[in-house]
Amino acid sequence: MATQEFTVQDLKRILREGAGAAEAVDLDGDILDRDFEELGYESLALLETGGRIEREFGIELDDEIFADHRTPRTLVEAVNAQLKAAV
Amino acid sequence: MSVRTVITGMGVATPHGLDITDFWAATRVGKSAIGPVTRFDVSGYPARLGGEIRGFTAAEHLPGRLVPQTDRVTQLALVAADRAFKDARLDPHDVPADDMGVVTAVTAGGAAFVQDEMRKLFSRGSRHVSAYQSFAWFNAVNSGQISIRHGLRGPTGVLVSEQAGGLDALAQARRRLRKGSALMAAGGFDAPIHPLGWAAELAGGRLSTSGDPERAYLPFDAAARGHVPGEGGALLIVEREDAARARGARAPYAEIAGHAATLDPRPGSGRPPGLRRAIELALADAAADARDVDVVFADSAATARLDREEADALTAVFGPYGVPVTAPKTMIGRLQAGGSAVDVATAVLSIREGLIPPSIHVRPSPDHRLDLVTGQARTASVHTALVLARGAGGFNSALVVRALD
Repeated sequence: MATQEFTVQDLKRILREGAGAAEAVDLDGDILDRDFEELGYESLALLETGGRIEREFGIELDDEIFADHRTPRTLVEAVNAQLKAAV
Repeated sequence: MSVRTVITGMGVATPHGLDITDFWAATRVGKSAIGPVTRFDVSGYPARLGGEIRGFTAAEHLPGRLVPQTDRVTQLALVAADRAFKDARLDPHDVPADDMGVVTAVTAGGAAFVQDEMRKLFSRGSRHVSAYQSFAWFNAVNSGQISIRHGLRGPTGVLVSEQAGGLDALAQARRRLRKGSALMAAGGFDAPIHPLGWAAELAGGRLSTSGDPERAYLPFDAAARGHVPGEGGALLIVEREDAARARGARAPYAEIAGHAATLDPRPGSGRPPGLRRAIELALADAAADARDVDVVFADSAATARLDREEADALTAVFGPYGVPVTAPKTMIGRLQAGGSAVDVATAVLSIREGLIPPSIHVRPSPDHRLDLVTGQARTASVHTALVLARGAGGFNSALVVRALD
């Protein structure tokens, strides 16, 4: 079975669905290295986002994942590392 | 003499619209907003009519981040709050954040949010429940979200006394102003048109099961058979008169001159209901006499017993046919905590225009001996209005709104 991949497009879609998007932020702009907080997402929004990633991709994320990965780029990398390990 | 509490801004979210001008335009001509419920499949329920806010899309009014974390009732409250602050022409920098607070009333919190998340919990498991369930459901959420959005860091609270809540919240705001706050946002909201809300209202035993929008909700009529529920509410900006003047506020609409709340005795106790006492205490609080009251906005429960009690209280205080009485709720239904807050907004607009909006479809029973304003609006010089509300559970509340001289 091929490894499922978690893309930044997936992340943007899940953020929009679960927590919405702040008017001042363009999620389709260059957001990869911006802090989630700067993008308008507080801890509860990230909790909801994590829950949705877990459900959709069938994995269990560490409780600290958003503390350790503050930007979309590192989060996507961390989720993909976990998906690969789960195969 | 204590400092007066003045109303400087109003926002409504009602079946007559989200704009105060639209709301009054419909109310003053006696337009009905009651119709078949469309928000969910109501065909299996004994009550099928409601006062719905049609065409409301939260995303058109609120930031994208707020929509997924809020129940419809909170969305309506936030939209009304935006409009109330705009109406008050308040720049957040005009008043220190710690001097501004908010108190709202609600009956069932974010019940539709609860219903949807519980459905996921029981059908798909706990991992499918939104993180926002943690707060989106609870009764204080409307006050909390308004406080965050408008930067109100002073006294904040929530009151639950069903239909009486809107008046009790305004009274609590008035107490806070007397204790030193400069500005309070206060009102009430409910949004019960969903299966869970409907089940709760039906269990209360006061819903009309008529399918005819013109015959379903007839307070003080011999054919009274319960009420039609509606959704929405109103938020008012109230200020200490001196503080309002200091910030150069617009000319206030009116003052909240008096209030009292009482609780009915335990059923079967033989003691009289508490509404008359609430009216008398509210008038005393306003230093007003029964003869000063130009109109009463009645609670208008539309059950034989509750109508009898309300009519008895009114004739005891004002005499038979002693004061014009009206029930604009007949146009939009009973909005639980939102209903009495909306009636205060209506009372303010009545004072401003010198017009008493009608109670529609009602043929008042002569047994009640009330001068009910029916059919069409009545032109009148309205200086002092009394708003009454009775909440299921025995809550009575009376609030006096008075023109500023």
